[in-house]
Amino acid sequence: MSIMKLTASTLAITALTATAAAARDNVQVAGSSTVLPYASIVAEAFGENFEFPTPVVESGGSSAGLKRFCEGVGENTIDIANASRAIREKEIAACAENGVNDIIEVRIGYDGIVFASQLDGPDYTAFEPADIFNALAPKVLVDGELVDNPHTMWSDFNADLPSEEILAFIPGTKHGTREVFEEKVVAAGCEATGAHDAMIAAGMSEDEAEDACLAVRGDGRAVDIDGDYTETLARIDANANGIGVFGLAFYENNTDKLKVATMSGVEPTTESIAEGEYPVSRPLYFYIKAAHIGVIPGLKEFAEFFVADEVAGPDGPLAAYGLVSDPALADVQSTVMDEVTMGQ
Amino acid sequence: MTDATHGTPLRNKGKSILEVDARTKKRNAAEARFKGYGIAAIGISLFFLVSLLIAIISNGIPAFTQTFVNVEVELLEEKLDKNGNRDIADIKKVSTFGYKPLIENAMVKAAEGIETELSDKDLSKILSASAAAILRDYVIANPDQIGETVEFRLLTSSRVDGYMKGRVVREDLARDKNLDAAHLDLIDVMVERGAVERVFNWDFITGSDASESRPEQAGIGVSMLGSFFMMLVVLVLALPIGVAASIYLEEFAPQNRFTDLIEVNISNLAAVPSIVFGILGLAVFIQFAHLPQSAPIVGGLTLTLMTLPTIVISTRASLKAVPPSIRDAALGVGASKMQAIFHHVLPLAMPGILTGTIIGLAQALGETAPLLLIGMVGYIATNYPEGVTSGFLDPNSAMPAQIYEWAKRADPAFYERAWGGIIVLLVFLLTMNLIAIILRRRFERRW
Repeated sequence: MSIMKLTASTLAITALTATAAAARDNVQVAGSSTVLPYASIVAEAFGENFEFPTPVVESGGSSAGLKRFCEGVGENTIDIANASRAIREKEIAACAENGVNDIIEVRIGYDGIVFASQLDGPDYTAFEPADIFNALAPKVLVDGELVDNPHTMWSDFNADLPSEEILAFIPGTKHGTREVFEEKVVAAGCEATGAHDAMIAAGMSEDEAEDACLAVRGDGRAVDIDGDYTETLARIDANANGIGVFGLAFYENNTDKLKVATMSGVEPTTESIAEGEYPVSRPLYFYIKAAHIGVIPGLKEFAEFFVADEVAGPDGPLAAYGLVSDPALADVQSTVMDEVTMGQ
Repeated sequence: MTDATHGTPLRNKGKSILEVDARTKKRNAAEARFKGYGIAAIGISLFFLVSLLIAIISNGIPAFTQTFVNVEVELLEEKLDKNGNRDIADIKKVSTFGYKPLIENAMVKAAEGIETELSDKDLSKILSASAAAILRDYVIANPDQIGETVEFRLLTSSRVDGYMKGRVVREDLARDKNLDAAHLDLIDVMVERGAVERVFNWDFITGSDASESRPEQAGIGVSMLGSFFMMLVVLVLALPIGVAASIYLEEFAPQNRFTDLIEVNISNLAAVPSIVFGILGLAVFIQFAHLPQSAPIVGGLTLTLMTLPTIVISTRASLKAVPPSIRDAALGVGASKMQAIFHHVLPLAMPGILTGTIIGLAQALGETAPLLLIGMVGYIATNYPEGVTSGFLDPNSAMPAQIYEWAKRADPAFYERAWGGIIVLLVFLLTMNLIAIILRRRFERRW
């Protein structure tokens, strides 16, 4: 029965190699798909310049990454979670429950969120937060009355905008980008149009009004995109009258297909974001599990390399790809150097 | 007979056998219509197949060539080895960022005599970001070359490569900050001089994944190895387990409710969506058994679960196809049941079993969904495995997962590589199916 013997021995070998899973020697990163390009650029350069193996970077979204990050301490959990938003109190509590108490928060820079449409499509070249709110909110203010959104054309509420059907592709709720879109655009538009005040006048509490301000109409004119920006791009390609929400870096890589709209009269560029003029930007973070420093080889070196001047600085490869570098990079560097955990 | 003697004709009077009556006409027309539907159905599927193939080939072929530029780089001693003692530790301290000035100088020299409005600094945008790493690797391997001028063959950036392939035109670059139309004028001159050329891209087939800033460097080689190690796990586990299970079920197991239940469930399992196996793999192999994440062994184990039912079903079918007379003859001359099966039935069923296994493997090779959940999608396939153990345990991706990952990335050059990856994957699948067909043709016996 040579076949049987062969089978038995191969099975045994497989089992052995599996159980003898040697100590992990590469850094594992997961999280935001917005941070993924930056993390992969750093990981590649890290692998080239150091003796450590190239770190593994997975995507999946900020929330999914932080969830895996908080699963516990140990070699089969990830070392770094990328996030396009700050970690939430709830997530810190979930982390603590699983023994992940010491988290180092590292801000790597800023990312602009832009509204872009088909290059040859209608003239969507200038938006105000109020326009986006009027187009996408379920309830808007018309003639001083709070009514179900009656707008079907952009020109219905702003004569300067083209008379095209409203169709917007916005990031789905699992993306960190959605939160920024809601806070910096929809909520701002809600305030600007006076809908927020009208809601309070109608008897809502402050909190309720704020929540109501963030809602998006559900009649198919605002489409949630749960995938990546490539999916939004494909939708824009197929819908000449659609506008999409993209990261600045993605737009800059696809200027042959997309044109960008100004927000409040400011064009999104790395400069206008760095100076704080362009309103829709957000910081990008990664979170390090402090308990893994010293256990996983290269973890601290990777984090330090990530925020080094030559990488994350204004002339580094990350800025060249579209990251707006952090003016307070030196503080971030010392946070990583001294392993300052959150709440310390 | 009686009718005939009475002389009454069988058919209607005045109707020739050569004349088609209305009913027959109708039936013939129905047949013709059905043939028409069939041909239309085949035509539609052929149309889709051909348009799919044309799309794949026309989008993917460009990925197999790549634009290179030959540049002479002066390896300045004051930048690379300040102490001048050629100490390898000191040389290694100079990071890839320290090689940037050398590349800028080299590009200025390469563009000498060509009129351009570009600043000296912007000239190096023609080159891929990988240039610095290539130089550094070369200097570390040949420290004695410091101070010399060496000719390098470097990748151009993805935009320049796109221009050479006709994907990028000057108008596209109007608002692109990565490259200017002026760069393309420069490229035109360099092509005439023979410094820039587009050649077959072996690195795409053998190389590793690259970060988002340098799609020109990305290759599918490492993820191909990932797929290979996964298939090895599937073959080593699924074939013996599947064959043993089917032989027992087919030849030894008593026919009762319990075995019926097992049979029904194996058929059901074959129809379970593959993503379900991914969740199972995550829960059992990673969270419970603590196997490493993103490792081909976990991918292989997960795909084994998916492939097992396919193998069991095809093995049972081919065992059933062996005529009972073979078993009876073997038992009749005194063989035990096991001898009858292993010496006579199994060898005859082998071609069918192998065909089923290869088809199952091909299916597993093209599977992406379960790999999403066990962490094999992302920026992963960057290190070549150092050996067999590392091949099973170190993080790696697989071909379909790599294609999915490329299709998601921002730079259009990655999109081209995703199509190229599809061609490579299809070549593998077609080869496997071809082997299955050949095996069946050569060894299958009919009774």
